Parts: sequence; structure tokens; C-alpha cells
Amino acid sequence: MRKGKEMKLNELTAYEISKLIRKGEVSSEEVTKSVFERIEKVEKKVGSFVTLMKEGALKQARIVDEKIKKKEKISPLAGIPIAIKDNMCIDGVLTTCSSKMLENFKSPYDATVIKRLKENDLVFIGKTNMDEFAMGSSTENSAFKITHNPWNLETIPGGSSGGSAAAVASDEAILALGSDTGGSIRQPASLCGVVGLKPTYGRVSRYGLVAFASSLDQIGSITKDVTDSALLMNVISGYDERDSTSCDYPVPDYTKSLVNNVKGMKIGIPKEYFIKGMDEEVEKSVKDAIKLLEKLGAQIKEVSLPHTKYAVAVYYLIATAEASSNLARYEGVKYGHRASAGLRQRRISLGLKPVSQSRQSEEKGVGISAPLRSASRQDRQVDRQTGRLLEMYEETRKEGFGDEVKRRIMLGTYALSAGYYDAYYLKAQKVRTLVKEDIDKALEKCDCLITPTSPTPSFKIGEKINDPLKMYLSDIFTISTNLAGIPGISIPCGFTKKGLPIGLQILAKPFAEETILKVAYTYEQNTEWHKRKPPLVFTRD
Amino acid sequence: MSKITKQDVEYVAKLARLKLSEKEKGKFAKQLDQILKYVDKLNELDTEKVKPTSHVLPLKNVFREDKVGKSLKVEKALESAPEKARGFFKVPKVID
Repeated sequence: MRKGKEMKLNELTAYEISKLIRKGEVSSEEVTKSVFERIEKVEKKVGSFVTLMKEGALKQARIVDEKIKKKEKISPLAGIPIAIKDNMCIDGVLTTCSSKMLENFKSPYDATVIKRLKENDLVFIGKTNMDEFAMGSSTENSAFKITHNPWNLETIPGGSSGGSAAAVASDEAILALGSDTGGSIRQPASLCGVVGLKPTYGRVSRYGLVAFASSLDQIGSITKDVTDSALLMNVISGYDERDSTSCDYPVPDYTKSLVNNVKGMKIGIPKEYFIKGMDEEVEKSVKDAIKLLEKLGAQIKEVSLPHTKYAVAVYYLIATAEASSNLARYEGVKYGHRASAGLRQRRISLGLKPVSQSRQSEEKGVGISAPLRSASRQDRQVDRQTGRLLEMYEETRKEGFGDEVKRRIMLGTYALSAGYYDAYYLKAQKVRTLVKEDIDKALEKCDCLITPTSPTPSFKIGEKINDPLKMYLSDIFTISTNLAGIPGISIPCGFTKKGLPIGLQILAKPFAEETILKVAYTYEQNTEWHKRKPPLVFTRD
Repeated sequence: MSKITKQDVEYVAKLARLKLSEKEKGKFAKQLDQILKYVDKLNELDTEKVKPTSHVLPLKNVFREDKVGKSLKVEKALESAPEKARGFFKVPKVID
């Protein structure tokens, strides 16, 4: 805690609040109220949430308080308010993925992570804004609102889990969940000055997470410090029979990795991650952090990941190919948006009868008796009817998806289409092997790798939105992790002169989250960056 | 030379069941062309003997016992349906 200034409950970490709740010094209801007071005060400026769940949250909090009063056994995170990225399903609550397509979609079940959080009595405060269907690096692709970086409201919070990162950074939430397909937890954590952990692929169940790119997606934590990451990982990790890609691999107590000691650990620095033209302040902060870890007893050695420069290209072929297939389900039939109104209008403007009328006349069989219909006439009829269904799909998808989602569906469909499959998709899968082999080899010689999380600090809203390729390149340091399936964390390691946060990324072997937490914790214990709070003022420069 | 023409965009949009405006067609042709030129750098690598990675885990089929479990109630499954009738999803007529 900071000295000389009384801290409000919502400014504390989950670990600190947990201790107070256990001692009976505060109630979960008080904590939850303090979070909503904060939301009322700053949400208009920051814009982290798309759905708030105040009533339900207070109810949940009071139930936890009752349990404590009755001296029931409670979990370490019981009563702690948490924000959920809006691509994870909570029973009875909207799950929009920040898309018009799912604007009114109420999830009929709980995602496995949600079920686990409920079992541990965490309090859901709301669903956070994101790039539509998690496609983006700035949260500007939301169909509903812009989220602002709490450190400078004119800049982006990163993405796609920008709402979750901004909520934690501005003390609107104590904890948050995000999802990471190519850096969507780590990059916004870095840009908002908080801690973001993407676990190993398969460590956390994806059941109930709206699929973007299934071989890359992973749910993880966004927190104020490393201790809270360990606590949240203890709750969300583990095998789930509903996700056949989740791993039946023992879950350790991650808080045991919170050890302030890196003596003798071998840390690899990939030279390809320190390139000419990278932001000087980012480079300096990360290099200073490496020097500090060396001083604390770690052995630093340079390693090479020669295929790094191909990772973005591989990612944007594989992720879009998988997305084009995953997003085929949005056709306006089972849930989500349907373009029926528009279709009706179009039919009228084309001089056709509205669907319902023409259907009625057909049902009555006006003018034609069935036996007299020729085969060809029947075929024509079928074509016309199928055409109408296809038109409904096409109109629905046109209206429901935003620009970036359409672009990625187009790219993915192209890469998978006949004649281009080998040249693009298969080629990308082969180079994915090379990217993964580089990392595997480097991690044979080292305990972990350290890199910057993002090549630049946060950038201005609108700066890259019209240049997709430039935006894609902001994920250059986070993408390989997903291609290789390994875990990674971003922790604060400094600030630019203009006061924007800089993040450090630590990567390790599959299922070596403990190594990552140990190094991150040691760094955090020896620095003060994570204790800084954003001023939340509107600045122009 | 452009790798992607407006005709290509129209063809792919049809495969993807996307209706695009004229403006979008032009824009996507230009942007996809730019992105495909960028990903062309993969051709610098000889990958003839490299095995493709479709997944990072050694995946195997997961079996369970064929037992009836809990499933969603019909009303709940239909709750977010754009159109429904008598316990079914309703779609435009496909065949007579």
C-alpha cells in the first residue's frame, strides 16, 4: 500500500482485499460498492464495459458475506469483484463479442471458467468491451464504443481485451479475464500498465469462450500484480471434459511460485526482438529490466529465433482461416442478428411480394396444382427458395459484421479456397512448425525468454485503424507465443516520458507457468512500477 | 501487379456468404492485395521437408460413455432465436 494516502478498497489488489475480508474488516458488499462507485465516476471517460451487472453483483456479494458470517469455508478469492471479457458466456447475461451480430444474444449456459469462478464465489461486475470477435489490437473494432487508455484518454488501451485491461488499470475492477489469440491479453496489459497472463494452450478450458481461432485461443488473467495472477490461475486452470483440447495435466498451487529469487536461472534474450527502429524508450526499459534480473542473480544469454520475422504472416493466414470457418455459424438462424426486415424491404423495392405474403400464396398453391408441376419448374422453385435462404445469410452477415471481421473472413476464406490452400494455408502451417521449433530449441537452453511485449507504447485513437497491416504489426512480439502454444506474461517495466506504461514479456516452456510467475514476481518485488496509478486526466500534446 | 482483383473479391465473398457494397469490394481488393503481398515473404523459406503444424498439442480422440446427460431446455435454446415457431427455429422456406 502507498504511504501517506488512505487507499480506497477498489484500489487494492485481490490478495489485499481477501485478507481484509477474512479478518472481517470489510465485507464483499463494501468492496463491490466501492468498485461501482468508481465505475460511476470514471466509466464515462474510460469506457471499459459493454454490460454492467450491478444488481447481480451486490446480490452475489451479500451471499458471500453470509457465508463468512456463518464461518463457512470460503475460497481465497471469495467476494472479489471480477470483470469478464464479453466473449465468455455467463448464463442469462448478454455475450455480444462487441458485435452487432450478437447484440441481443443472451447466453443460455456458463462457460467453464465462469462455472469455476462461481464455485469460488467471485463477484461478476460486468462484461468488458473488446475488438469485435477479438479481432484487433486497439479495441477500436468494437461495434459499440471506444475504450480509452486510463493513462492517456486520447490513446488506445490495446486489444483485443482492451476493456478488461482498462477496467483493471483504472480500478473499476479488481480482477479481469481476457482471451489471447495473438497477444490480446498481453498487449493491452502492457499498454495499460497491468499484469496479463496467457497460459499454455490447453491449460484453461475454452468451453463457453466464443471461438475466434481455435488452435490459438486461450483464456487468461488480467490483474494488478503477479500475486493476483497466481491466485486467479489457481481457480481457472485444469482439465474440462467439455473441451477436448484442455489438458489433463496436474494443476499446481501457483502461489507457491511467488518466490523472490532468480539466482542461477537462465534467461534467454532473443536478438530478433530488439530490432532497429523499435521505440527507444521501450528498448531502454526492457534492457534495464534485464540488467536488474542479472543483478539479482539470473544468467542472461542471447538466443536466436531466426523465423520471428515470419510470425505475423503465419498468424494472419492461420488465424483468419480458422476464423472464417468458426464464424460461419453466424447466419441468422439459431441466435444473433437476422436481416429479415431488410430483406422484406428489398423484396418490396424489387417489386416482389414480401416474404410472408409470397409464402402464403405458395402454401395455398395458388394457380398451380402439384401434379401438373413439371420437374424443371420444381427445380426452378427450389433454386428460388434456396436463393432466398442464401440471401438471408448474406444480408445477415453484411449487416452483422464490422469491417475488420469481414476483412479477416475474406482473407481466411481466400487462404482456404481451392487453388490457394497449398500456397497460403499449408505454407503457413509449415512455417508455424519452424517458428515453434525455434522457440523449443531456445527453451532447451534457458528457463525462460524475455522480450518487450509490444514494440511501441500506446498510440493515438484512430492512428492505425485505416491501415490493417500496420495494426497487425503491433502484435509482432506476442504472436509467436500462440503459434507455439507456450505461456507468456506481460508485466509493467517502466513508463515513457509522456507517462505511458511499458511492458515486459516473459515466455517459458509449455506448462511452465510457475517459472514465469517466479521471474515476474521477483522483478515485481524489486521494482515499484506496478504500484503506479493512472492520473485519469484528459491531456493534449 | 495486383494479386487480387475485384472479381476475386466477389468470388471469395460469395464463398464466405458475405454481401459486400461496391465501396467495400474496392477497398478489400486493395487491402487484401497489400496483406497477401506481405505474407508472400513466406516463400523465401524452403519448406519442402517441413511438416505442417495444425495444432500444438498431440491431439487424440476423447471418448466418453454413451449416457444421457443434461441438455438445454427447448425454450432456453430458442431464447435468442431471431424467429421461432412451435418449438423450432424458423427459416425462410427452402423447399416445397
